[in-house]
This record gives sequence, C-alpha cells and structure tokens, in this order.
Amino acid sequence: MTTIDTSPDAVATPSGDSAIERSLGAIANTLTSADHKVIGRLFVAGGVLGLLATLVVTVLLDLERVDGDGFLLDEGAIAQLIDAQRIGLVFAAALPLVLGLAIAAVPLQLGARSMAFPRLAAAGLWLWFGGLVLNIVSLANNGGTLGGDADMVDLFIASLALMALGAAAAAGALATSVFTTRAPGMTLKRAPLFSQSVLVFAGSLILVMPVLFGTLVYLFIDHRYSREAFGGNVGTLEWAGWILTQPATLLLTIPVFGLLLDQAAVVFGKRTGMRGLALTGFGLIGISALAAVTQRGLFDVTFDQDGADVVQELIPYLFFNVLPLLGGVVVLAVMAVLAKPQKGGTARPTGGFLLTLFGALIILLGMVGNALYGITDLELIGTAFEEGTTTAVVYGLVIGVFGGLAYWAPKLSGGTIGIGKSAPDALLAAAGAAVAAIALMVAGFLDQPSLYAGGASFDDSDLSIWNIISLVGTALFAVAVLGFVALVVGARRSHDADDEPPAGVQTVEWLTSSPAPDDNFATVPVVHSAEPVLDLQPTTTGSDA
Amino acid sequence: MEALAPPPPPPARRQVLVGASLAAVASAMLVGGMLAVWLLLRTRAIDAGESWLPSGVTIPEVPSNIMLIAFLPVCVCAQWAHWSATRNDRANAFLALGITALLAFMIINAQFFVLYELGVGVSDGAYGTLFFGITGVFLALMIVGLLVTLVTAFRLFGGRTDGELLAAHAIYWYAMSAVFAAIWFVVYVTK
Repeated sequence: MTTIDTSPDAVATPSGDSAIERSLGAIANTLTSADHKVIGRLFVAGGVLGLLATLVVTVLLDLERVDGDGFLLDEGAIAQLIDAQRIGLVFAAALPLVLGLAIAAVPLQLGARSMAFPRLAAAGLWLWFGGLVLNIVSLANNGGTLGGDADMVDLFIASLALMALGAAAAAGALATSVFTTRAPGMTLKRAPLFSQSVLVFAGSLILVMPVLFGTLVYLFIDHRYSREAFGGNVGTLEWAGWILTQPATLLLTIPVFGLLLDQAAVVFGKRTGMRGLALTGFGLIGISALAAVTQRGLFDVTFDQDGADVVQELIPYLFFNVLPLLGGVVVLAVMAVLAKPQKGGTARPTGGFLLTLFGALIILLGMVGNALYGITDLELIGTAFEEGTTTAVVYGLVIGVFGGLAYWAPKLSGGTIGIGKSAPDALLAAAGAAVAAIALMVAGFLDQPSLYAGGASFDDSDLSIWNIISLVGTALFAVAVLGFVALVVGARRSHDADDEPPAGVQTVEWLTSSPAPDDNFATVPVVHSAEPVLDLQPTTTGSDA
Repeated sequence: MEALAPPPPPPARRQVLVGASLAAVASAMLVGGMLAVWLLLRTRAIDAGESWLPSGVTIPEVPSNIMLIAFLPVCVCAQWAHWSATRNDRANAFLALGITALLAFMIINAQFFVLYELGVGVSDGAYGTLFFGITGVFLALMIVGLLVTLVTAFRLFGGRTDGELLAAHAIYWYAMSAVFAAIWFVVYVTK
C-alpha cells in the first residue's frame, strides 16, 4: 500500500453504524458526488419536480381562464403565477431535464471513465437549484416581473442570473467532455449522434447564457439603484424575456433530435449513414442560439407592405424562424431513411424510441407554430398562439428526454422499461401535449389574448371550449409524467437489466455493466468505427458503413 | 529476455486548455452582450435628442489608456510563462507569472480609480447603471484572472510544468485583452 492509499478500514465503514447514520452518509455522498451519473440524476429529479410544480400552476391558470372572467385567484396572484409558469417551463423543467440527461449519458456514450470538470458540473447543478429556490421564494413574496416588493424583485432577477450561471457552468463541463474524454479511436466524427447534438446544445448555451447573465446584471443594478434605463421590474421581460420564448427555447431541443437518430439506428438495425446531414440538422436548429444572442424574442415579417420592406424583414425571419424548423425536418428525413424497409431487416421498436419520436414530432409542431407566429399578417402576436408554441416545444422536449431515460434505464438505474409499459405512457403524454398545445394555438387564431400579454381575462365566451380542451390536455400530460416517474421508480427497484448489450445497440455505453459502476468502464474500449458495438456482434442487418 | 511492447501513449486530454477556451468565449459573449445593450441605449438617447453622457462628467482617459496599454505586457508575460515552463525554466516562469499578477492588480487598481474619479454614481440614471454594470463585470473577470494566475503559480510551485495549464492561463489573458479593448473603444472612446 502506498502512502496515499485510503485505509481499507476507513473505506469499509464510511458512515457510522446505525441505519440513520448510514442514511445520512448516503445522502451526503449523493449531494456532494462528483460522479456524472449522480449529478445528472439530481438534475433530472429537480427537473421532474419543477415540471410537476409548473404543471400544477398551468392547471390553476387554465382553470382561472376557462370562462375569461376569473373566479379562482386574485389579480396579484395571477401575475405571480404567470411568471412562475413561464419561468418554470424553461428554467425549472426543460433546462434541467435536458442538462441532466446529457450529463448522465454523454460520458458513458463517449467511453469515458468520468466527465471533464465534474465539480464544475456539480457547481452548475447547485447554482441552478439555489437560483430556482430563490426564484420560488421571490415569487411567493410578491416578487416577479409585476411584483410589488422591491427587494423580492431584486431577488427574482438575481435568481434568474444564478440559474443562467449554473446552466453555463454545466454546459462548459459537457462541451469539454465531448472534446476531451472520448475513448481511444473515437474521433469527433465517430462520436454518437446524441453526443454530437449535446456538443451543439452545450456550445449554444455557452454562447447564450453569458449574454442573459450580462443583461440580468444590468437589470439588477437598474432596479436596485435607479429604475431609469430598463423600466423597473416590468422591463425585466422586455429585456430578458427572449430566453423564455421561441426561437431561443428551440436550442434546448437539439439533444432530443440526436437521441432520436441514435435510437432509430438501433430500432431499425442499421448503421447511420448521412451523419454529416444529421449534424447539419443539429446546426440548423442551433441557429436559434444566434437568435437568442441578439436578445430579441420575435423576428416577424409583414407581407402586406412594400417589397423592399418585406425583404428587409424576411431575411431575419427566415434565418431565425424557418432554418431551425428546416433543421428538425432534416433530422426527421435522416430518420426516415433509416426507417426505410430492407430485405431481411426487422424493426425492433422500443419504449424509449416511441417516447423520443413523439417528443420530436411535438417539438416540430412547436417549430411550425413559431414560424407561423412571426407572420404578422396572421395577427397571432400577443395571442394565446405563443403559449401553444411554447407548450409544444417544452412538452415535446420533456417527452423526448423521457425517451432517453427509458432507453438508458439499464445503465442509469439497473432496471429496464419495456415497450409494454412505456408505450401507453408515451401515447398518453403525446396526446396530452398535442391537445394542450393545439387548443391554445386554435384559441390564438380566434384572438384570445396571451396570458403573457393580457392576463387571464377575455371577452369572447366562445373561447371557453378551447381553454377547457387545453386544460384537459395539460392534465393528461401531468398524469403521463407521474406515470413515467412510477415506471422509473419501478425499474430502479427491479434491477432486472442484463449486462449483455441488447440486440442492435451500437454505442459503447452498452459495453459496461448494468447499472454502470462509479468509474463507468472496467476497461476503456478502443473504437474503430461510429458503431463499435455493432462491429463486435457476429451478424448484423447493417447496410452501409 | 524479450520485453513486452510498450503500451500506446494515452490520448492528449487538454481539458484545461479546452475549458479555458470555452471560458474565454463565454467572457467575450458576456461583455459583448452588455456592450450591445450599451450601444442600443446610447443610440436611443441620442436619437431622442437627449445627452447620453451626464453633464459635468469627464471620463478619465489617462488611466483607461494605461489599462489598455498594460494588457500588452500582460499577454507577453503570460506567454513568457508558458514558454519558460515548457522548457522547464521555473525561475523565469515564476518571474513572468509574478509580473502578470502585478500588472493585473495594477489594472484593477486603475479601474477603481476610474470609478472613483468619474463623478457619476450607480444611481445616476441610465449612464451610471450601464457604466457600473459593465465595469463591475470587467472587474470581476479581472479578479478571476488574478486568481487564475495565482493558482497557476501555485501549481507550478507544486511541480506541474507540462505547459497546458500555462497555455490555458495565457488564453484567458488574451481573451481579457480583447474584452478590454472592446470596452475601451465603446465605453471610453465612443463614450
């Protein structure tokens, strides 16, 4: 034993003798862990809790505006709840869920024993979590964009800055991991498509979150000391609201599309050709990051005007609204090529794939909605259509992330989530998300004002039906979320996963035991192609390399 | 007796270098976004016929110019430290890091002097808010840089002379130089 080894006695009894001491020790180990799987799981757990809280708020707001008259909540509470719902969808649900899945799965996919800068990722987790808690405290005490308590408004702005800082820190660790911790032989070109999409996503966050942080620094100083430059607390949404809407939120969806292609290759038993085209699709969706750094939330075009003016507005509209949509279409086209039937080939659909496919399709609905929203001639700006678009993007992202959690359940929890259990949940989640989003979009076409612009009141009683449908959709989606949580808990308890790689899998995370040990791999695999596990299997239904 | 073939060399990790590069990009985006807001509000004020610079305010140009000039030796010294460390010349590396830290401290001091001499408070309207916001962020980035230099020196003292850490250290200071050049042009020259 060298002088730096830990004594075996000290390792054997780390947390005392009693059950309580052992439990406290285990909790302390989890909360201070530098294991990327633990950090990822904590991010996901926080995201699921944030999502459920946001869904409760959404249901309350939907109930409030069923008849456009308001009967449940007082006006002050509505303002706080609208802030809570808007921030909750992005910062409490979408961001932590996608970050958590990426942190948990990417190092495994890369064949790495740990992620780069794990302490930075953990710092990102706790900065995000601290910011979220402070955000809730500020909203509960009359803070927020329409809050009446100046100190709580300051806290509200500071909490957003903390969450932005946490996201940037976690993204930095993720991007560095993809660049530096790949297994021997795994060039960036051979990296799994999910990891490549996470690189685009993390790079986008590194570009966007500092810009948001800088704006929030200005907003904090202005609100605290002068309130002349940015319009006080009301100006917060004018100056920083772009992060809560499309196209900025589209950058969060990039990993869902990478996950879709990785799983499609497994389901259809083929090597993924056209990897360059897939990467192009991720990059096109990543253009939403460029939209975000302009600090604008809307790139609109009016066709009913002079040609020169149309062209002037059309270029940014096409660039920031239509190109991300094109990126989503390109990725789905690559998947369609993978799905093309082949002689002797059989598809092996999985629950994870179904969830991810439904999620991607609903995100695509949100992208189409975003493209329509920017056409001012349709008179959708300021209506509930924007809410429908955000709902589609965020709910779709959540379903897609659930697909990843189901796919990697053996490596992350040691159990499996079979298609028999997850398919009904996938259908329920997709139906709920689609109904909630489309109902709001229709209400937008019928001129119902947006919660964000006009509160919960409106005059036309014919709109009630669409609000009821949206409420039902959100409730169904919430039930599906709870159902998926039950599936994950069940998988974790069952520990029924096999160490042998399932048929058709291609990437190196399947070469380790289930669940993956602390240092991921007993032997770091050497990679010779983009589908290293497929190379090991004696017979494949592969087509092209 | 035959010897076993040597194992393949471990792949270059360069995590610190990549991390520093990403931090440099993030710093540039942070300050770039803040300068964009500065220029937008400045343009709006001028278009509305208002005076952007509060009356009676004189920007202390000498210390701001000295800060800009000081970044040149900062970069040279950071590169000198890297050059020395890769040649195992610890004495020169320490000397270079020491001068880097001293110059960084001098720049921080000059920035505080500018804030003190400016004659505008943080609560004095839009200009005060933006000036204190952007210079405050710059000060925070400088303090981070100073800490990076001190940690690098400590690691060098501990025997780490592989050059990667010092290359990362140099990248950070190059980025800070670019960041301050942008601040200098927008805030101190264009005003």
